[in-house]
Amino acid sequence: MKFSVQSKAIAMLFSVGLIAGCSSTGDPMEDADFGSDVSAVDQQGGSTVYSDGTRDGVSSAQLSDEERMAAQQQSQQMALRDVTVFYFDFDTAEISAESRDVLVAHARYLSANPSMNARLEGHADDRGTSEYNLALGERRANAVQRFLIVNGASRGQLETISYGEEKPAVQGMSDSARSQNRRVELIFR
Amino acid sequence: MTQALNMTSLTTPTTLKALSKAAVRAGMALFFLLATSLPLRAELLIRITEGVDSALPIAVVPFAESGAIPPGDTLADIVQSDLTMSSEFRTLPAEKMLSLPSQRSEVHFRDWRLLGQRYVLVGQLTRQGDRLEARYELFDVNREERILGESAGAPLGNLRTLAHYVSDRVYEAITGERGAFSTQLAYITRENVGDKVRYRLQVSDIDGKRSRVRLESAEPILSPAWSRDGSRLAYVSFETGKPAIYVHELASGKRTKIADFRGLNSAPAWSPDGKSLLMTLSKDGNADIYRMDLASRDLTKLTDHWAIETEATYSAGGDEIFFTSDRSGGPQIYRQKGKGEPRRMTFGSRYNARPRPDHKGEFVYYVHQRSSGFHIARTNLKSGEETVLTRTESDESPSVSPNGRMLIYATRQGGASVLTVISADGGAAYSLPATEGDVREPAWGPLPR
Repeated sequence: MKFSVQSKAIAMLFSVGLIAGCSSTGDPMEDADFGSDVSAVDQQGGSTVYSDGTRDGVSSAQLSDEERMAAQQQSQQMALRDVTVFYFDFDTAEISAESRDVLVAHARYLSANPSMNARLEGHADDRGTSEYNLALGERRANAVQRFLIVNGASRGQLETISYGEEKPAVQGMSDSARSQNRRVELIFR
Repeated sequence: MTQALNMTSLTTPTTLKALSKAAVRAGMALFFLLATSLPLRAELLIRITEGVDSALPIAVVPFAESGAIPPGDTLADIVQSDLTMSSEFRTLPAEKMLSLPSQRSEVHFRDWRLLGQRYVLVGQLTRQGDRLEARYELFDVNREERILGESAGAPLGNLRTLAHYVSDRVYEAITGERGAFSTQLAYITRENVGDKVRYRLQVSDIDGKRSRVRLESAEPILSPAWSRDGSRLAYVSFETGKPAIYVHELASGKRTKIADFRGLNSAPAWSPDGKSLLMTLSKDGNADIYRMDLASRDLTKLTDHWAIETEATYSAGGDEIFFTSDRSGGPQIYRQKGKGEPRRMTFGSRYNARPRPDHKGEFVYYVHQRSSGFHIARTNLKSGEETVLTRTESDESPSVSPNGRMLIYATRQGGASVLTVISADGGAAYSLPATEGDVREPAWGPLPR
């Protein structure tokens, strides 16, 4: 779990950098241009951006409406990306409706940050056989991988592994425990 | 330690070459255990959860002992527990016995009839230097006949080997089938140590005693599979961070990583000749079944389907494979000859998986879902008739004894995973919980040769 905490921290820094970067350059951000804005930040270099924005806290009074909207969308995307675990029904690998928006945000982020890599860990609950569950966990991880690729991530950024029922998130045999164990974890590295 | 076990018949003094070969092997195995000095781990405990009425009553009389016999379970204790575990016998507690004979002249059949016993086993255990010698006689109470009279010996430290051998002889004399008490069990334990998980591959006697750790890892180990000569185990280990298939020679401890492709490397199963393994690989995109020739490492793809194909195993004769596929929408069991068209063989519920055939090719055992949970079921290969054998609700990993009479599987008890032994027709249940943590993925080893 260390990975996910670190990666969240990195993602936050990037995002703070983005907002600060906008305010300093005055470039309006548009949703559709999400990718190119990020690359602009990359060109500026991370450290400059941090010293600009971290202390003064990006006061909204200094932002134009457009900038505020862009920042809002930005933080929405960031909030979406806080979700890194995706759940499945028993013996299925169908990506749920509520996972889709989040995965799209992750895909855009990966697309905008080609140097970022992620690992997709597929899991199953304890019901059924362990070897079939290994294959089922892989099918889930592959389904998430395909979804991310279709939405902009590149195959080279994504690695998949299945643990089947070997690494439950929650111990126990209750419906609730089991529903939390049927999952794919997206881990940035 | 050249011979772990020798045996002579009291009635017809014959020497059995096959037995002395097994004896030499057992001796070597013991030598290995001493040499590697892996730590002893918490052993499994047998707990009787259910009995059967049809069990044959047998009195195993405590053996007369001479010389300094090592303390601990006695030979009669071990034989009793073996016979009870088979669920085909019901043993008489020693305190109910009217006398404790140790040879024919002391056996009063009327007493044993009075106690409702069908068979009586008596004997003597003698220490001679660093060896133990057992002489034993088995009587049919109704016929007042001796049906077995033999002696067998083992090194001093091998009382359990000797006792399991006596159990095998008694079992065979009465049922006509080879006993499976001298076989071994491979299984995986999972234990939380602080915030870490320890996985251990262990091999023990079939009653859970004399367990030894063969592999220990912080990452999952699963699917141990015995070669049919009992010399090697194949299994899946995540020790490198991803699943790979290893072949482990038990005598030397030598391990070889034989499959480490992109994606899944799982569900190894030996060919009858021990020269190739069936395995599940997903290197071409999704899980399919392959056969790997161990000498050349050449792969033959046996299934080619977008669905999951896994958990393959050879039929008793080796001319066919059984496997799980969810091509119909959920996991079901299929059988296939060579690279031919697979035939579906389970229809009774929406989830049937991980087939395991018996040695005679009569039945296939598998995990079967009903509304009541996951149970073990079997299908008669001739008639197609399906029987559900277990009533517990999270049953997994069936493994048949090499004589086809018993079945071991993993289930849940009080939140922990335990192993349970039942008779192959589902008659009785004996559970072997780990003293700590979970115990899973049992694999019943072959008969000693």
